[in-house]
Amino acid sequence: MMPFTIVFGRAAPLMKTNIDTDVIVRIERLTAGTRDKLGRYALEALRYRADGTENPDFMLNQPKYHKAPILIAGRNFGCGSSREGAVWALMAIGLRCVIAESFGDIFYGNCFQNGLLPIRLSEAVIHDLFEETLASEGMFTVDLARCILTTPTGRRIAFAVDPLRRESLLAGLDDVGLTLKCVDEIESWQATDRLARPWIWTAGAKPLH
Amino acid sequence: MTQALFDKIWSDHVIRDLGGGWALLHIDRHLLHDLSGPPALMDVKRRGLKVRNPELVFATPDHAVSSAPGRTGETYPTGAKLWTGLKALSTEAGIRLFDLGEDGQGIVHVMGPELGLVLPGVTLICGDSHTCTNGALGALAFGVGSSESCHALATQTLRQRKPKRMRIRLDGRLGNGVTAKDLILHLIGRLGAAAGVEHAIEYAGSTIRGMTVEQRLTICNLSVEMGAKSGIVAPDDVTFSYLEGKAFAPEGEAFDRAVARWRALTTDDDAEFDRDEAVDVSDVAPTITWGTSPQHAIAIDEAIPDPACETDAAARDNIQAALDYMDLQPGRPIAGTKIDRVFIGSCTNSRLSDLRDAAKIARNRRVADHVTAWVVPGSLRVKVAAEAEGLDRVFRDAGFQWREPGCSMCVGANGELVPPGARCVSTTNRNFVGRQGPGARTHLASPAMAVAAAVAGAISDVRQLR
Repeated sequence: MMPFTIVFGRAAPLMKTNIDTDVIVRIERLTAGTRDKLGRYALEALRYRADGTENPDFMLNQPKYHKAPILIAGRNFGCGSSREGAVWALMAIGLRCVIAESFGDIFYGNCFQNGLLPIRLSEAVIHDLFEETLASEGMFTVDLARCILTTPTGRRIAFAVDPLRRESLLAGLDDVGLTLKCVDEIESWQATDRLARPWIWTAGAKPLH
Repeated sequence: MTQALFDKIWSDHVIRDLGGGWALLHIDRHLLHDLSGPPALMDVKRRGLKVRNPELVFATPDHAVSSAPGRTGETYPTGAKLWTGLKALSTEAGIRLFDLGEDGQGIVHVMGPELGLVLPGVTLICGDSHTCTNGALGALAFGVGSSESCHALATQTLRQRKPKRMRIRLDGRLGNGVTAKDLILHLIGRLGAAAGVEHAIEYAGSTIRGMTVEQRLTICNLSVEMGAKSGIVAPDDVTFSYLEGKAFAPEGEAFDRAVARWRALTTDDDAEFDRDEAVDVSDVAPTITWGTSPQHAIAIDEAIPDPACETDAAARDNIQAALDYMDLQPGRPIAGTKIDRVFIGSCTNSRLSDLRDAAKIARNRRVADHVTAWVVPGSLRVKVAAEAEGLDRVFRDAGFQWREPGCSMCVGANGELVPPGARCVSTTNRNFVGRQGPGARTHLASPAMAVAAAVAGAISDVRQLR
């Protein structure tokens, strides 16, 4: 996983609530495409008009927000489908951090698996960030080591990230590798369970009737 | 210490406490489908790892396969690669596959319960957000992305942070023409699409106790549309008699032993929840969505909301955007809105009881001439059972297409899309922008309401047809 330490750049606003993962990337793009080509399909229903040209009214299409690494989003961002492609598509347009009041749970977990930092902040703070990014040409800094977001006017906003997730993200740790170190414990839990709940373990071998 | 059902299943599966609310949890069941299965299996291979417990993993193609009568895995060419990938990688790993045309195949959340793969007290995951469906049997079931799926394949565990607990108590009798689907849409409309974020929901109360397992599956299916990680119903005699005799459920003496264990899977009387809701269901009406979020749900006799009535500017903009996408006028009754398509299917509403409900309304009626209407059974077993009862004839005679089992037009991963601008009444779970195809306009409803709309050619109140 790509480690996350400090990200510096513009913050693009997308203030709609309940932006779902179908809107972030359509399922057909995942059926057909490969992971590294997803950038052009990220948020396509919003980014492009029906004829395929860019929608100039959409905030992320404004030159100021081109390749912005930070997204300020509305409540319940990433709700819906579990598709991890939603995270890949957002990262493919250069995003490294999404700030919202809340996130879809599966999307939130998927972010940490890929090095995209989701930050939860209150509605009032997000509203101020939104106003500030509209008014300013300046840059934001997200510092995960200190858990501080600095705005173009120099305001410092503290955010909280679960310590275990923060540690993994800072170091780019691999969960599978960590868990495989516990293989003896897994082994022993399973041995006990085979006696307590044999039906869990033998079902798969039964013929279908 | 008093515990909620969720806590009991959770603590039964902790292999190691990782601190800070985190645990390494054992995963008892892992289901794979053709969309999320192949990438996760490829990931395991690419890392030079092995599937640790293939006997706990089960696979079936459902998303990217055609539902056309006579289909094969190659009828939808784009999905053929996923289908062959799932077959090859499952076989290589020793994972049991229920392939197209084989007994057991179906939408993963339909075939799992019907085969007895989903049991009370198990932890179950799938790379699919509607995995929460399976909580209806008293399982701790939730959807994961492909990275976590890979983790579980390689280790048979997941690193998880314990979510908060939420309970929704449902009491009272559902009215005439009101189904489990109407109830859950009503709840999401009332509580909001983010009400369950960071929570695991338990559904309780007399209404839930009085429901069949299939009705409970429909309720739990939409837990994720409320933002929840999972939805669960404590197992009871209804659950046990549903499971007895299911192909992969324990048998004989083992079944009795299992039931004795499952009876302990209840929430203690004084267990505490982070959020507790109580709803009287007796005044819930047949419910349908008007907008682009499942929370945009209203009673069939209500008017389409007017953004001008919203005081909050952002909320007003959101309603207006949804009205624009759906091409609806505020203040007008939702009933009478002309439709083009009807889709009956999906992991929400494609089980035998759903098809019976739909057939009851469709019998001796005709789909309106301008409407294209599909019925896609949830599994091969559902299809065979429905045909044995003659339900396929009822649907065909009424002008519906009777198709092969899979996810089909719920998500369009197999290219079966609602055309741009067309309006579809759908028994599915998501009315998101573009969900059923770019520009498609989806109204979520129950199977009976979907048939009522197909017959009238417009959104209508099923109670007027009964």
